[in-house]
Amino acid sequence: MALLTDLINLNLSDYTEKIIAEYIWVGGSGTDLRSKARTLPGPVTDPSQLPKWNYDGSSTGQAPGKDSEVILCPQAIFKDPFRKGNNILVMCDCYTPQGEPIPTNKRYNAAKTFSNSIVEAEETWFGIEQEYTLLQKDVNWPLGWPIGGFPGPQGPYYCAAGADKAFGRDVVDAHYKACLYAGVKISGVNGEVMPGQWEFQVGPCAAISAGDHLWIARYILERITEITGVVLSLDPKPIPGDWNGAGAHTNYSTKSMRSDGGYEVIKEAIHKLGLRHKDHISAYGQGNERRLTGRHETADIDTFVWGVANRGASIRVGRDTEKSGKGYFEDRRPASNMDPYVVTSMIAETTLLWQPN
Amino acid sequence: MSLLTDLINLNLSDCTGKIIAEYIWIGGSGIDIRSKARTLSGPVSDPSKLPKWNYDGSSTGQAPGKDSEVILYPQAIFKDPFRRGNNILVMCDCYTPAGEPIPTNKRYNAAKIFSHPDVVAQETWYGIEQEYTLLQKDVKWPLGWPVGGFPGPQGPYYCSAGADKAFGRDIVDAHYKACLYAGIDISGINGEVMPGQWEFQVGPSVGISAADQMWIARYILERITEIAGVVLSFDPKPIQGDWNGAGAHTNYSTKAMRSDGGYEVIKKAIGKLGRRHKEHIAAYGEGNERRLTGRHETADINTFIWGVANRGASIRVGRDTENNGKGYFEDRRPASNMDPYVVTSMIAETTILLEE
Repeated sequence: MALLTDLINLNLSDYTEKIIAEYIWVGGSGTDLRSKARTLPGPVTDPSQLPKWNYDGSSTGQAPGKDSEVILCPQAIFKDPFRKGNNILVMCDCYTPQGEPIPTNKRYNAAKTFSNSIVEAEETWFGIEQEYTLLQKDVNWPLGWPIGGFPGPQGPYYCAAGADKAFGRDVVDAHYKACLYAGVKISGVNGEVMPGQWEFQVGPCAAISAGDHLWIARYILERITEITGVVLSLDPKPIPGDWNGAGAHTNYSTKSMRSDGGYEVIKEAIHKLGLRHKDHISAYGQGNERRLTGRHETADIDTFVWGVANRGASIRVGRDTEKSGKGYFEDRRPASNMDPYVVTSMIAETTLLWQPN
Repeated sequence: MSLLTDLINLNLSDCTGKIIAEYIWIGGSGIDIRSKARTLSGPVSDPSKLPKWNYDGSSTGQAPGKDSEVILYPQAIFKDPFRRGNNILVMCDCYTPAGEPIPTNKRYNAAKIFSHPDVVAQETWYGIEQEYTLLQKDVKWPLGWPVGGFPGPQGPYYCSAGADKAFGRDIVDAHYKACLYAGIDISGINGEVMPGQWEFQVGPSVGISAADQMWIARYILERITEIAGVVLSFDPKPIQGDWNGAGAHTNYSTKAMRSDGGYEVIKKAIGKLGRRHKEHIAAYGEGNERRLTGRHETADINTFIWGVANRGASIRVGRDTENNGKGYFEDRRPASNMDPYVVTSMIAETTILLEE
């Protein structure tokens, strides 16, 4: 198949100015990613210079067949790690032909929140820890697990190496470099507590870009699992029983929190989040009740508790932050299948714009 | 196999002035593509400078054994993405030794239509959306489908990624770059609604070149599936039941349609097409009746309807065109196995040359 690889790896820049742009959007379920490609006459670095496009929304549960066009608005550009050269990935959001955001377009409201002058002045930063599970194709059982059975109990797998402990590192490492190539702000990776589960982190990203970077990182991950013949799962509790779930812990700070006296600001923010616990939980991902049980390093879904260095809490504050009197905190509630546009903007909204009655 | 790859990838320009030209033609079924190669003494960029050639028509159902020579006339040159260097692909059409186009040569009449002054003046543009299905070799069951069974129902596959949703992307991506390399106006690709089905688009291209480019793009695709050990199908309804068919939607515009007031010209053109619906359908691909059922984003084969943004119509006009009052429209009727020479020239003929 070397000839196929030669063709896939052709460096078009040697022959033409044309580039290929892969337009990416979030589909009708809110977690499925879709994409298609088009040829453009030359390199583009600014999303505002990219043409709008459209797709068949009736095929993704986002429009009826009789009026099926959904408009794609380019919002962020990344380098394409698969096609390389001047080719690009484009994160888009979706609108009706009349220019209204469609119901599944969560970016639109997030962008409004992030362009609020109070929010902008606070320079919100986010670091998102995306956990995910790799499954064997066709059987949908975690990678490395015996079919029809279970591996030994959790303990040896977290940050492990070894053919009997770490399953799928080639996916993880390829993803890490591909994201760095693409310009995604990936800050690290680690093997997780449940075998076959991994984590990468994106951040610190400012405001809306956290959501853009995380969605592109997810797209790149799904493309890489496709190449390796393994299935990506963002389910928050893929295996019931004494096995960890998968979350998307969201680390957060504002300018005030990062400045002297920030620890008081942090405590106030956490207090507000506690008052809106139910609202946040309902927006933090489907199926989270199977994960937030109070066991396996989670707090129970109905309980709001925060603490320093406490992994059984809803919100954890690091010891460094406590010592320095300033820093950031970690919302551990979001599920792995959360929408980062929703979670990041809601945290900003509650802590900066919302007042308790 | 690295020694083999070394040889395949030898850069001949380092060693000789000679080039290899792959002459490509359409075979006796109207959908099978044939080709053979010859050495030429140096680089050629103009088809009129290429020699005519011939082949054994009795081996392709295009001539009797006793008088088997079919003459190949070079019509268009593209860069060869497999041999690279100065090597070329040559799209040809077929003639008897006496100089008459053979019956399966649909390019000849298309060229006549496209050189008619009224058609030339209108600068007909085409964008063709070629859908196709990848099949597992030997079992001829779609790629990614369990042998003896079916995948989950349609929904997750359109434009998807993932090992459980997208099957054969390496073929699609290799094809995209190979076509760009070759000089084809390939404008995009996407995964289709049925798993194992894909689409690429060629255009906008003017006149006869739309079809030349589409045939070469099909040839390149078949060569790539050959490398990948997967079978290419242009059947318009490869799997019966609740699975989408495969089409070759043909987007079309003329100078008048692209100018101010063009929307009225478009509506007139659609009216003319509606009155010749049966004739067009008869020329739009074999087996299309299995595909045009009124379900799965098609209009029923016996019905002619058009609408804005309506994927269940025979002809769809985009919202942009409606809003701007000018643009283009999409004929959704052609099957994936249509002959682009026939379809493009027939649309031009009906909308420009035939009177109301």
